[in-house]
Parts: sequence; C-alpha cells; structure tokens
Amino acid sequence: MLSYAARRFLGALPTLFIIITFAFFMMRLAPGGPFDSNRHLPPEIEYNIEAAYNLDKPVYEQYFIYLDNLAHFDLGPSYKTKDFTVGEMIAAGLPVSLRLGLSAMALAIFFGIALGTIAALNKNKGTDYGVMVLAMFGITIPTFVTAPILTLIFGIYGVNFLGMDLSLPVGGWNGGALPNMILPVTVLALPQIAIISRLVRGSTIEALRSNYVRTARAKGLPAYLILWRHVLRSSLLPLVSYLGPAVAGLLTGSLIVEQIFGLPGIGRYFVNAALNRDYTLMMGVIIVYAVFIIGLNLVADLLYAVLDPRVTYKR
Amino acid sequence: MPEPIFEIRNLDVRFATHDGEVHAVRNVSLDIAEGECLGVVGESGSGKSQVFLAAMGLLSSNGRATGSVKYRGRELLGLPQHKLNRVRGSNITMIFQDPLTSLTPHMTIGAQIMEGLRSHRRIPRDVAEARAIEILEVVRIPEARQRMRQYPHELSGGMRQRAMIAMATVSGPDLLIADEPTTALDVTVQAQILDIMRELKSELKTAVVMISHDMGVIAGIADRVQVMREGQIVEAGPVEGIFYRPQHAYTKELIDAMPRLDKADLTETARAEPAPDAPKLLEVSDLKVHFPIKVAPWITRPLRAVDGVSFTLRQGETLGVVGESGCGKSTLARAILQLLPRTDGSVVWLGHDLDTHRREDLRKLRKELQIVFQDPLASLDPRCTVGQSIAEPLHALMPVLPREEVSARVKKMMARVGLDPGWINRYPHEFSGGQNQRVGVARAMIVEPKLVICDEAVSALDVSIQAQIVRLIAELQAQTHMSLIFISHDLAIVRQLAHRVIVLYMGQVVEIADGDTIYFDPRHPYTKALISAVPVPDPRLERAKKRIKLAGDLPSPLATRAPLTFLKSKVIDSATAEQYRPKLIQVSPGHFVAEHDEVVT
Repeated sequence: MLSYAARRFLGALPTLFIIITFAFFMMRLAPGGPFDSNRHLPPEIEYNIEAAYNLDKPVYEQYFIYLDNLAHFDLGPSYKTKDFTVGEMIAAGLPVSLRLGLSAMALAIFFGIALGTIAALNKNKGTDYGVMVLAMFGITIPTFVTAPILTLIFGIYGVNFLGMDLSLPVGGWNGGALPNMILPVTVLALPQIAIISRLVRGSTIEALRSNYVRTARAKGLPAYLILWRHVLRSSLLPLVSYLGPAVAGLLTGSLIVEQIFGLPGIGRYFVNAALNRDYTLMMGVIIVYAVFIIGLNLVADLLYAVLDPRVTYKR
Repeated sequence: MPEPIFEIRNLDVRFATHDGEVHAVRNVSLDIAEGECLGVVGESGSGKSQVFLAAMGLLSSNGRATGSVKYRGRELLGLPQHKLNRVRGSNITMIFQDPLTSLTPHMTIGAQIMEGLRSHRRIPRDVAEARAIEILEVVRIPEARQRMRQYPHELSGGMRQRAMIAMATVSGPDLLIADEPTTALDVTVQAQILDIMRELKSELKTAVVMISHDMGVIAGIADRVQVMREGQIVEAGPVEGIFYRPQHAYTKELIDAMPRLDKADLTETARAEPAPDAPKLLEVSDLKVHFPIKVAPWITRPLRAVDGVSFTLRQGETLGVVGESGCGKSTLARAILQLLPRTDGSVVWLGHDLDTHRREDLRKLRKELQIVFQDPLASLDPRCTVGQSIAEPLHALMPVLPREEVSARVKKMMARVGLDPGWINRYPHEFSGGQNQRVGVARAMIVEPKLVICDEAVSALDVSIQAQIVRLIAELQAQTHMSLIFISHDLAIVRQLAHRVIVLYMGQVVEIADGDTIYFDPRHPYTKALISAVPVPDPRLERAKKRIKLAGDLPSPLATRAPLTFLKSKVIDSATAEQYRPKLIQVSPGHFVAEHDEVVT
C-alpha cells in the first residue's frame, strides 16, 4: 500500500503540471492585464512596471520564468496587493479557510452519520421522513440564503433563551474566537449534513438488508454491536469516496461564506484575483486548490482500502 | 419418539407487499427431537426457509409470524430481542446458503467466530480464541491459526462454508438450522460439507434441520423429512417412507423429477442417436485460452483457463462438458463461439477453419451457432418483450425477412417451446424462470442453428422445471437433428442428454467417453470422485455408497503444477518450469483417459 501511495503521489505531479500550464495560459487569454485598470500612466512608467514583473516578455518566456520560480517554491509577488508575496498571502488566508472547512466537515460528518443512521433504522417511519425532508431543505437552500437568515436571527435580533444571551457576532474573524466561528461553520456544514445523511441512510439500509447482517442477528448479537461492527463499516464506504472531493471543496470553496461573514480566508482571493488579473495570486490559489483536491482524493482511496479489506492496491 | 426440543405449531408467515399480502407459510407444525436430522425439502418459493427464519426472529421487516415456536418448552415467537438473543446463536444456530454474502466482508473469520461466543458467554479473549481454533479444526480447516486472521474473500467457497459451520457450532448448540448450505458449492465440496454435518450430528449430538431443494442431499442425511409446497407441509415422515413409499403426488413428482446419475431415465423422449454416417460439424483441436494475470507490477502469468482441449462433434450429437467451477467449461464455450480470442489451437466448423474469420464469415457462423445462457431472467433485456427478444437474431441475421414473416416465425417458435404465442407482447418479469428459459431456447432456435451450446442452461431452475427444459431440448434436437454442447456442473443432468461426455479439470480433458461408459466405468480418479460425490435420491444407496474423496480444495489455476494433481510422479518441482502434459490414452474404443498415478483408496 505504501508503494501504491508513492506511485499515486508521483502520478499526481504530471496532473499538477498540466493544471498549472492550462491555468497559466487561460489567464493570459483573458483580455486585460493587472495594471490596465489603473489610472493612466505615462507609457514609459507603465513599461517599467511591466518590465519589473517580466510582463513585457513573450508569454511563453513568462511561463518558463514562472515554472522556474515555482521549482524554487516561489509563487512570486502579488501584482495587486503591494508589498506582499503570494506565499505570504496564502500563508495568512489558508489557516482561516482550513479551520473553517475542517470544523464544518467534522460537524457535518458527525451529524450526517448520526441522522442518516437514525433514519435508516426507522426506515419509512415518521423519524425517517422527518430527517429526509430536512435533508432536502439542506440541499436545496443555498448558503447565501441560510447565512443572512441565521445572521438576522442570532446576530441582529439576538436570541434570549432562559435568560442566557445567545447572540452571536455577525462577522469578522477575531482571531478565530469560537463565537465568530459558530455561524459560518454552521452555514457551511448544513448542506453537507444533508448530503451525508442521505448517503449514509441509503448505504445503511442496504447493509441492514444484507445477508451478513442476517447472520450476525442469527448469532444473537445485541443490536448495538451489529450496528457498530457489521453495519457501520460497510455503510460508510460510499461516504469515504464522497468525502475526498467534498473536503477539498469545503476547504477551498467557502468563498461565499467568507465573503458574507467577512473572514480573511483564501476564498475571497479567488474572486478578487480573477477580477483584477492578479496573475500570480490566481495561480497560487489554483495550485493550492489542485494540491488539496488531488491529495484528499488519494487519502480517500487509501482510507477505502483500510475500511474494506477486499480492496487491495498491490498493482 | 423422544421428547422434542423444538416444536413449531400452526405457524403462519405473512408478508405485506405492494401487491397485497403474501401468505408465505400456512399452518406449519413440526417437531425436532434431540440429535435427529430433519430434512425440509421443497422448491423455491415453497416457504421452507421462511419457516425457520420466522422461528429465529429473522424475517425481513415486512414479515409477520403467528402461531407458536417453542424451544424446550419456551415460547420464542414474540419474545423481545434481548431475550430471544439468549437462545438465538447459543442454543439454536443457523447457517445460510451463500457463504460469501453471509459473512461480514470487513471482519476476519476469527473475529466473526469469537464474537458470538463472547456475547453469549463472558469468557476472556484468549479462551475464546483457543476454542475458535479448536472448532476450525473440527470442521477440518487446515492451518486454523492463520485462517483466523483471514477475511472471507481470501477463502474458497468450501472453506467459507466450513467457517460458517464453525461459527454456528462454536457455542455448542442443540439445534443447527442449515438453509441450503451446499447449494452454492461444487459437488465434491458439497460432499465434504455434508460429511462434516453428519459428524456434528453423530459426535456432538446436535439436532440438524437440513433445508434443501435437493432430494439427494436429503436422502443422505435426514432421519425424517417434511415436504413443503406453497407454504404448506404436504407430507411428513421417516426418510425411507418418503423416498420408497411417497403418499402425496407432489412428493412423487419431486422424486421423479430428480435427475439420477445411476440411471438415464429420459424414457418419454428417448434421446435421438446421431446417424452413424452423420457428418462432422465441429472439430476442435488443441484449443487454448490463456488470460494474462498480473501477479506483480511487471510479471504476468498466464491463467490457463482452457489448456489444450480437442474433440469432434457430429451432426445430431450431444456432447456433455462437466467439471467444477473454474475448470474452464464456460471459457471453452465462448472460445468456440468466437466470443473470446483463443491463444492457440484451431476450431474447424464444417471444414472451415474459423481462425481466418472475416466479419462476414462470423455473421454466417452466428446463424449456425447459438447459445443458451444460465440465468434466464438476466440474459433477457428487461425492456424488450419476449417476442422482440426472440425475433432479435432474425433481425440481425436475416434482415430481409418481412415483418409479418418474422412475427409468424416467432409465434411458431413460441408454440414449439411450449409458450402460448399470445404472450408475444409480454415482458420477461411477467414470466417464471422456466418460462423465461423457454424464451431463451426459442431465441437460440429461431435461426435454425446447426449447433446450440447450453451453458448451465438449467442450473438456476427448480428440479421439476429443469426436467421440463431438458425434455424440451431433447425433443427439439430429435426434430431438427441439431448438435448440442451441454455444459453443466451437474453430472446427473448431463447424463440425461449427452451421447458423449468430456470431463474437464483445470482446463484440461481428463476423460472422454460415451455417456453410459463414463458413469458405469469411470477410469480417472477425478471422474470417479466427481461421480461418487453426486448425491443419489435414494437413502439406502446414498448411505451405503462408498465415496472416493478428494482432499482439500482445488488448486489455484495459476499454479503450473495444478493440472498434475493426479500425476504427482511427473511433477517438476519448480514454479516456472514447463510441466509435463498428461497424455490421453485410449482404454477402449472412444474412451480416452488422461494419464494418472495409481490411486490407493
């Protein structure tokens, strides 16, 4: 399995290279450049600026310069945010996004599995229908709707429960303080809880119907043991394949939530860099995303083999 | 009769379905005494399994059982789970049909054996482990200690079923319920499993319920028999009474429908013998199909699925191909039909070497060569009416036929295979397994082929239906003088139809002979073992029969030494060396036997 992981890792490098190349040239294809929107500068100054960033050279030459820098782990300076390198910006934003995404995923996995299992155990009863209707809501209502509603309730109106003030801040990072985290993490987690609970419900129902669960019941095992040992592991398999891309998506794709709550994650770089033609920042963010997606998919595949002994990666 | 330990009284099982209530078990009552074996026999859908699933509280969630089920005077029906669990898995245990799906794939054999034991008795882990290893040795699993750490998919079918029996006997039950425990297994493995069950019964005094559709299995093990049909017990009594003096018409029918190895009893439709001067249709020589299997990243080894098979087939002749799973019989069929590329050898069809086939030749060949597959429902397109399925080969192979002509031919064909031509617009799911297989036969026969290959064509059917389809095929052959290659793991079925029989072992022919000769005078030890392993539906014969046993499992088909299991004296002790190839020796006209070592039994 170690050699499989190593080979997958090596196999990921060409993929990454293709992504970088593709993104680099696509960016250049878009009209405009990083310094176009500035107020009009005398041509010679504009030329100097462009020369400072190597933008006066042909595109292919820029590409090789970029690759060369990348090989030295240098993502270059940001074209727009003066005095910051892309590396520094990502180093500042990524931990915020990571914390947000991982917290949301942990929350989603816990509640998703719990709700999905409860629904499966009560298949076609009130509880099941209740969970599934909620899940449908969770999937269909987008975060830009849930976020303002929750903000309105907990942030603006404030909630007083038995004399306790349950109000939460409407935005800001505040160094990652818990009250600031609650709303964005909840908003991010809600659709994931919905998807995971539906996935888990389906696979659990299938596992409960399987012959081996019948064997386990025939052994006279108590219900909780059957659920824990025999059902849960096989019912979580589909979840694992879903989680790889999903975690990557949550870590990186939380830009809407980051915008709404004014959080300094890297999601907002994505939009801003694209709009401002901040080539280097854009590339940096794309590389981070690609690494996460490839890496987490690999982790999911390896985890799959751990959960299901029939899957082996010898070849 | 001794005091019963298990009593079922007036048991009814009903299932709520979308199409209304299904009454699966009707008013069933039975007793089981200490240490006895009760055989419960019936065809699929007779409710035989549901009786005992209900008794164990294992019905699916839409099922409901009423009546009474008592274990040593204690009512089990309606007990809350935690109370039922004290009896279930401890005093009464159960084993199931398909050992692969009935074992939890992500748990080791050891863990699955120990968990039952430890949940019923509070014993430390090491004691449970020692007991589990002990019981694995009782069911004759070699290297028990290592097996404990293996997963179900790493064991062979026979080993898995033994592990399952170990799981069910480790707690020392009074009653073991076996639900078709050998149905998914090869005959030689089935014989081994039945031996183990007989031992449990005689040595551990465990009462056994043997649920089976196979009268031969029941004849060999049961003390008393219950015959079930449509949810009811139609006849019950001691095993000899049931087999030698059956009272109910259905029991007689079941016994008669059972194909017998010891006699070819296709009396009503004597099989048509091929004309003595019948022309040669097919000549297969030294056919090889090897699949490259990766054993390491850069090393591939050939899996010799078919390894040098030769035979000829005349017009109107039926060739039986028998062998156990993995012996290459289906691969052989597919290679002859050119559905698989062959590695070596030649297939000559009517003097035409098929090696040089062009697309046009292949089309012509398809018209002359047809196949009937095993699973009738799965082999038909569920979205096509049976009429469309039957007509399909006509559309493909005779596109010039006008519409009315196609429909007329389909209707005629349906009538010939015993289907009402008025059903032409029905869908496969509206038919039973037997009717669907008639559709399969009709689909193959519509283009009037010269050769039909039946690949396990009746294996998925109940015995009474099996007999009907076999009779149908024999009749069609008598009418059309087509040739047949009848492939089956079931020797008794092959016996009914085949003029000549080929026995395959690990992709090689070990014996060829006339149908009768191979059953009465088998020479090769593998053939002998195979034939003696087939249960005969006759209790006295079955119990008195001397069996030639094969020890252990089939070897891996990747091992080059595997085909030399019966010729150990010629084995070259090297994993890669080209091994000796046993020659076929003619012992009497038309009877060829592969070289083998002297067998001491």
